[in-house]
Amino acid sequence: MKDDILLQLNNISVVYADVIQILKGVSLAIRKKQIVSLLGSNGAGKTTTLRAVSGLLKPENGKVTEGTIEYEGRPIQNAAPETITRLGIIQVLEGRPPFEHLTVEENLRVGTAARGTRSYKEDLDLVYHYFPRLLERRKALAGYCSGGELQMIAIGRALMARPKLLLLDEPSLGLAPLLVKEIFQIVKRINEEQGTTIILVEQNANMALQIAHYGYVMENGKIVMEGEASDLRENPDVKEFYLGIAASGALKTYKDVKAYKRRKRWL
Amino acid sequence: MEFFAQLFINGLSIGFLYALSALGFVMIFKSSSVLNFAHGELLALGAFFFLILSVWAKLPIVLCFLVTLVGCFALGFIIERLFLRPLIGEALIEVIMLTVGLSAMFKGLMLLIFGGNLHNYPDFLPEALSIQWGAISVPSVYVSSFIIGLIFLGVFGFFFKYSSHGIYMRSVADHQPAALSLGVNVRRVFALSWAIAAVVCAMSGIVLGIINGINVHQLSTMGLKVFPVVILGGLDSIGGAILGGIIIGLLENFTGGYISTSLREVVPYIVLVLILLVKPYGLFGSEEIERV
Amino acid sequence: MRKLRFRPCGNFKEYYEQELTIFETDFGRMWMWIGLFLLLFVVPFVGSPYTLYVLNNIAIAAIAAIGLNILIGYTGQISLGHGAFFGVGAYSAAILATKAGFPFWLSVILAGAVTAIVGMIFGIPSLRLKHLYLTIATLAGQFIIEYVLVHWESLTGGAEGIILPEPTIFGLNVSADRAFSWVVFFSFAVMCWMAVNLARSRYGRAFVAIRDNDRAAEGMGIPLFRYKLLSFGISSFYAGFAGGLWAYYTVSITPEPFTLFLSIEYIAMIIIGGLGSISGSVFGAVFIIMLNEILSQATQYIMNLGAFAGIALTVAPLREFVFGLAIVLFLIFEPRGLAEVWRIIRSSFRLWPFAY
Repeated sequence: MKDDILLQLNNISVVYADVIQILKGVSLAIRKKQIVSLLGSNGAGKTTTLRAVSGLLKPENGKVTEGTIEYEGRPIQNAAPETITRLGIIQVLEGRPPFEHLTVEENLRVGTAARGTRSYKEDLDLVYHYFPRLLERRKALAGYCSGGELQMIAIGRALMARPKLLLLDEPSLGLAPLLVKEIFQIVKRINEEQGTTIILVEQNANMALQIAHYGYVMENGKIVMEGEASDLRENPDVKEFYLGIAASGALKTYKDVKAYKRRKRWL
Repeated sequence: MEFFAQLFINGLSIGFLYALSALGFVMIFKSSSVLNFAHGELLALGAFFFLILSVWAKLPIVLCFLVTLVGCFALGFIIERLFLRPLIGEALIEVIMLTVGLSAMFKGLMLLIFGGNLHNYPDFLPEALSIQWGAISVPSVYVSSFIIGLIFLGVFGFFFKYSSHGIYMRSVADHQPAALSLGVNVRRVFALSWAIAAVVCAMSGIVLGIINGINVHQLSTMGLKVFPVVILGGLDSIGGAILGGIIIGLLENFTGGYISTSLREVVPYIVLVLILLVKPYGLFGSEEIERV
Repeated sequence: MRKLRFRPCGNFKEYYEQELTIFETDFGRMWMWIGLFLLLFVVPFVGSPYTLYVLNNIAIAAIAAIGLNILIGYTGQISLGHGAFFGVGAYSAAILATKAGFPFWLSVILAGAVTAIVGMIFGIPSLRLKHLYLTIATLAGQFIIEYVLVHWESLTGGAEGIILPEPTIFGLNVSADRAFSWVVFFSFAVMCWMAVNLARSRYGRAFVAIRDNDRAAEGMGIPLFRYKLLSFGISSFYAGFAGGLWAYYTVSITPEPFTLFLSIEYIAMIIIGGLGSISGSVFGAVFIIMLNEILSQATQYIMNLGAFAGIALTVAPLREFVFGLAIVLFLIFEPRGLAEVWRIIRSSFRLWPFAY
C-alpha cells in the first residue's frame, strides 16, 4: 500500500511573513493516479497547501516551518519552484492568469520550461486533443480570450509539462455551469487517459466530489475530515455545509446553525 | 535642402543607434522592472573591451567582434549575479539606487584604467560602404551602423518571437508568478536579460566609438540619453523604443543644425519633461494598473 | 523635580505622545545638549583651521543630505537632481548678494526659498508619475539646470561664475573658517531640529504613508499631489539653503561642481547613512566628506612619493569608483546604513553582557 502513495504531507505548518500561521499541522496522503479533492471554506488554507507542495510559498514570503512533504519518497518542502516543477509537480494558479501579450500557442509553450526544450510538437497535439477550442484560437493573443478559454490555456500549459501530479486551484471560478461541467469532464479524462494524479481545490464541492476518488475537508488550517468521495457525498455534515442540502430537506433555521457551530467544534 | 537632407540622414542613423542601445534597456526593464542607470557604463564597457582587443591585442577585427560579444554576454551575467541577485525581492528603490552606484563605480574604474582622453579605433570599415548621393554623403560608419542595427533587431525579434527562451522571458515580463508556477527559472531569465542587454550595449558602444571616438564621459552621457528615448516610446515597448530613438536622433541633429549646437545636448531632456507632463506613459507604453 | 526617564526593558508606552518624543530617555536629551555645547562653544575655539574647514563642509553637506533624505527616505520619491538644486541655491544666493545687494542671512534664506520653488516645478510631474518615471524627470531637471547655469550668461556669468561679497552678520565679518563655523553649526542645528520635528508631525507621517503605499495613503485622505510637492519643496529648500551657505563659504562659484555626480554623492550619503533617518543623513555626510578628504590626501601622498611618476593619478575617478562601491556594498550588506550600525553598536553596549 505504501508504494502506492505519490505525495505525503506529514503534519506541516506554514507561516507567512514569519508571523501569520496558516496551516497548523496538515497531513495528507495522495495515491497515484487518483483525483483527490480538497474542500473547505475561504481562508481554510487550501491554496496555501497547494503552494507548499509546488514551492510557490517563497515568492509570497511564506515558509514550511514544521513537518515534511515527501514526493516519491524524497523530501521537497521549501525547495525552489524550478526544482519541484522538474520533478513533475505543476500547479495551475487560481484565477488562471494568462500571459496576456503572448499568443495561445506561445502560452502553451511556456509550459515546456519545466522539462527542458526537447520537441514540444507532440505535447501541443495532446493539448489540442483535449481542448480543440484552443486549436482554433492558437494565433490569438491570450489577453483577448474568454474566461473559459483562459482556463483551458491554464490547464493546457500545465499539461505541456507532462506532469505526474497536477494541482488545480479552483478551475470553476467564475465560469458558466455548463462550461464547468465540460472542464471537469476533461480533467477526469486527463486523469484516466494520462494517469495523472490530480489534487483539486474547489468551492464547487458537488462537482468536485463527483469526479474525485478521495476527499479532504479543511477548516482553519487543519484537516477536519477525510474519506472516499462517495462516502463524503453521503456524509450529512458535508451535505449540509458544502453541498447545501439540509439533512431533512427543510429550511435551515437559526437553531440549526447553532447546532452546526457546536458540531463543528467537535471536528 | 541638402543641409536638411544631410541632417536628416545623420539624425536617422544616430537615432537608430539610440534605438539599438535602448533595446538593452527595455529588455532589463521588461523582465525585472529595474531602471538601469548604469546603461551608459555598459556602452562604455563594450566599447573599451573592443578597444583592448583591436588596438592593444591587435586581433583581427571579426574576431574582436565575436570575442567582445561573448565577453560582454558573460559580463552581463556576472554583473547580475554579483550585484543584482542579492537584492532580488528588495524594494525597487534600492535596486534602482544600486544601478546608480554601479554606474559611478564602473565609470570611476574605467577612468582610472583608461583616463579621460579620447581613444580611437583603427580604421577598418571598407570605404565601399559609404554612399554618395549627389551632394549628400553618408559615411560608411553610418551605413554599417544601420546594417548592424537591422541585423540585431532581426536576430532579437526572431529570438523573442520563436525561441523557447525568448518566450520564457516574455512570460516572466507578463506574469511572474504564473511563469514561476510553470517552472520558468526566473532568476535565469533576469541574468539572461542582463547578459543580452550588455551585448546590445556593447554593439552600440562600438559603433558610437567609431563615429565619435571612445571617451568614458561621452559614452556615459550618451547612455543617459536612453531615458528620453524610452520615455518617448513608453518604457516597456520595444517598438516604441525604436521610434523614440529615431525621433530623438532627428530632433538632436535638427536642433544642432538649425538652432544652436549647445542646445543639442539638452533638447532631449526638455522633450522628456514635456512628454512626462502631457503623456506620462509615453507614446506607446502601457499604463500601470494599480491596486492597493 | 520630575522623575528621570531611563530606557525601560520592554515597550511600556501608554500614550501616543510617548511614542512621539524625540528623546526616549533623559540621557539622550543630556547628550544632545552636551553635543550642542561642544559644537557651538568648544569646537570653534579648539579646532585648527583645517579641522574647521572639514567640519564646515560636513555640516553644509549634512543639511543638503537631510533635505534629500526627506524626499527619498521619508516620501519615497527618488531624485537625481539634488546636486543641481544645491547649485540653484548657490547661484541664487550669489545673484541676490551681488545684483540685489541683499545681506548675507537674507540671501541664504531666500536662496532656499527660490530653490524650493524650482524644486516644486520639477516636482509637478509627480502628480501623475510613480517613482520610476519621476526619477527620470529629476534626471532631466539635473541636465536642464546645468545647461541654464552655463548658458544664461547675463545672470550667472556663464563658465566664469560669480564672486560673492564677504558675509557679514550684524556688521561682523564672518568669512574666516572659525567665524563661519558658528554660522554653519548654528544653521545645522536649527535645520536638524526642524527636520526631526517635521518627521514626527502630521506631515512627516503623511510622507511615510505615501512612501509605503501611495494609493492607500490617498485612500486615507492624504492629498497625494500636495504632499509630494511639499516634500519636493522642503527637500529643495534644504538643498538651496546649504547651497547658499556653500557659495558664501567658497567665495567664487562656477557651474562646474553641480553635476550629476554631485547628486550621486548625496544619494551615496543617505544610503550609506541610512534611508529615512535624520541622524543617518548626518552620518552619511560625515562618512562621505571624510572619505573625500582621505582620498585626496592619499592621492597627494602617493603622487609625492614619486614612485608612480609616470601615471597621472587624479582623485576624481578614484572618488567616483569608491563612492559607487560604497553605495553598492552598503545596499547589499547593510541597506539601512550607518544609522542601523550605530543602533546595533549602542544596543549591544547597553545590553552587554547579556544578549537581550
